[in-house]
Amino acid sequence: MKRNSVAIVGASETTELGKVPSMSQVQLHADAALNALADAGLKLSDIDGVATGGHNAVEIAHYLGIVPKWLDGTSVGGCSFMLLVRHAAAAINEGLCNTVLITHGESGRSGLGRHGSSIFPSLFQQQFERPFGVTRPPTMFTIPVLRYMKDFGLTEETLAMVSVVQREWAGKNPRASFKDPITVDDVLNSKMICYPFRLLMCCLVTDGGGALILTKADRAKDMPQKPVYIRGTGESAETPMISQMADFTSSAAFRVSGQQAFESAGISHADVDHLMIYDAFAHLPIYGLEDLGFVGRGEAGPFIAEGNTRAGGKLPMNTNGGGLSYMHSGMYGMYALQEGVRQMRGTAPAQVPGAEISVVHGVGGMFSASGTIVMTNVA
Amino acid sequence: MANGERELPRPTPETQNFWDGTKAGELRLQQCGDCENVYFPPRHFCPGCGSKNVAVLKASGRATLNSYVISHLPAPGFTPPYAIAVAKLDEGPKMMCNIVDSPQTPEALVIDMALEVSFEKINDDITLAQFKPAGGQ
Ligand SMILES: [Zn+2]
Repeated sequence: MKRNSVAIVGASETTELGKVPSMSQVQLHADAALNALADAGLKLSDIDGVATGGHNAVEIAHYLGIVPKWLDGTSVGGCSFMLLVRHAAAAINEGLCNTVLITHGESGRSGLGRHGSSIFPSLFQQQFERPFGVTRPPTMFTIPVLRYMKDFGLTEETLAMVSVVQREWAGKNPRASFKDPITVDDVLNSKMICYPFRLLMCCLVTDGGGALILTKADRAKDMPQKPVYIRGTGESAETPMISQMADFTSSAAFRVSGQQAFESAGISHADVDHLMIYDAFAHLPIYGLEDLGFVGRGEAGPFIAEGNTRAGGKLPMNTNGGGLSYMHSGMYGMYALQEGVRQMRGTAPAQVPGAEISVVHGVGGMFSASGTIVMTNVA
Repeated sequence: MANGERELPRPTPETQNFWDGTKAGELRLQQCGDCENVYFPPRHFCPGCGSKNVAVLKASGRATLNSYVISHLPAPGFTPPYAIAVAKLDEGPKMMCNIVDSPQTPEALVIDMALEVSFEKINDDITLAQFKPAGGQ
């Protein structure tokens, strides 16, 4: 990865988020793509590389009328878009294409035009997990947490604080699904979903989409938006089965992806002004803060509860309100990237003053895969 | 109340021996003859070193409760709330299971409690390896 050699020059979410019964999934992709093209001052004919996750990339290219020179359909869950940014940057640097469009669309709530799972099924999971009653993500993603709580003394109250702080950020964001403040008691009194997880510790289920356009950094200077440079990247994968995660208190995929991203970016943790950690459930920012190395093992819960990640704290995190309060279509990674871009452009609803480096970290499946992008507005 | 039927495993050539084992009342793991790695789920080579010199290892059936959740969501063949657990076998590997012969409550299910295997025959083809609190009847 050549530092800052590729930039994000177009970025947008779908015109509407939340409940979008007027669009099937492929149109959510297209709506976001057309918005991102307008944002970048480009036309469909300028795009020669197409990438998407969770949807057939061929259908996206065809629907948009593009015959691409480069195509990527990596589908490893919600962090697919972090991996696609990384792959696109490599392809642009290699000269395989000039201008890449990465799209996401998901009719997560309305279920219009979805075709099965966004992640490939696992043969092992079919035999060795599904017979024991795992169904939707709350019954799988949450399984490691009681182990973590025992080993590190994390309490339900501290876990609930993740949701409370993220709702504070959502309150500053007009597009957030839920904006009303909540308390620890509200979280702990919300409906039990999958012990020890209550409703307010689980992500939303919404419709929406987003798109990014990447090109060479030297071209970006002449384009309408402030360029957001790709400074470092990482990716990894551990297991399609939550039961086979080697250590229930730490994600190998997070550690490998995060380390590559920090090393390729040439930054230390103190350099990071803004952080996004994919929060499908309340424990994910805790695992992310530790596995990326921002805090020591067992320290992330208190770090959040003490207010370090809230507005004005030393490490503003999940500033759009996150998957817990902003929106979560199923593959939330695209929205975390969009917020990273907004922060680097200086246009976020809850802008971190003077932010120059943003780390955007994603998870795919149930701790299955991971991708990490370091963005900057400093060439 | 339980609705529908529990999803059952569909054995593959790599896993048939495991499912033959549960039917015969044996919990079968695999061990590498070269690096001694004990692993699960089964496959025709060692995921630790790539060697095809692997053999079946009959597990003791002793384990501890490594982690779990108690699901309140509907699932075919289950009556919520029910625990979805991961047993850590004395031999090393982890295995998903339900905890049978126990209340499905946080008070009854204590992290690191001792478990032992309990075979649950579903039909003539499939017997699941479940776990129950050790020392019970
Ligand atoms: Zn071996």
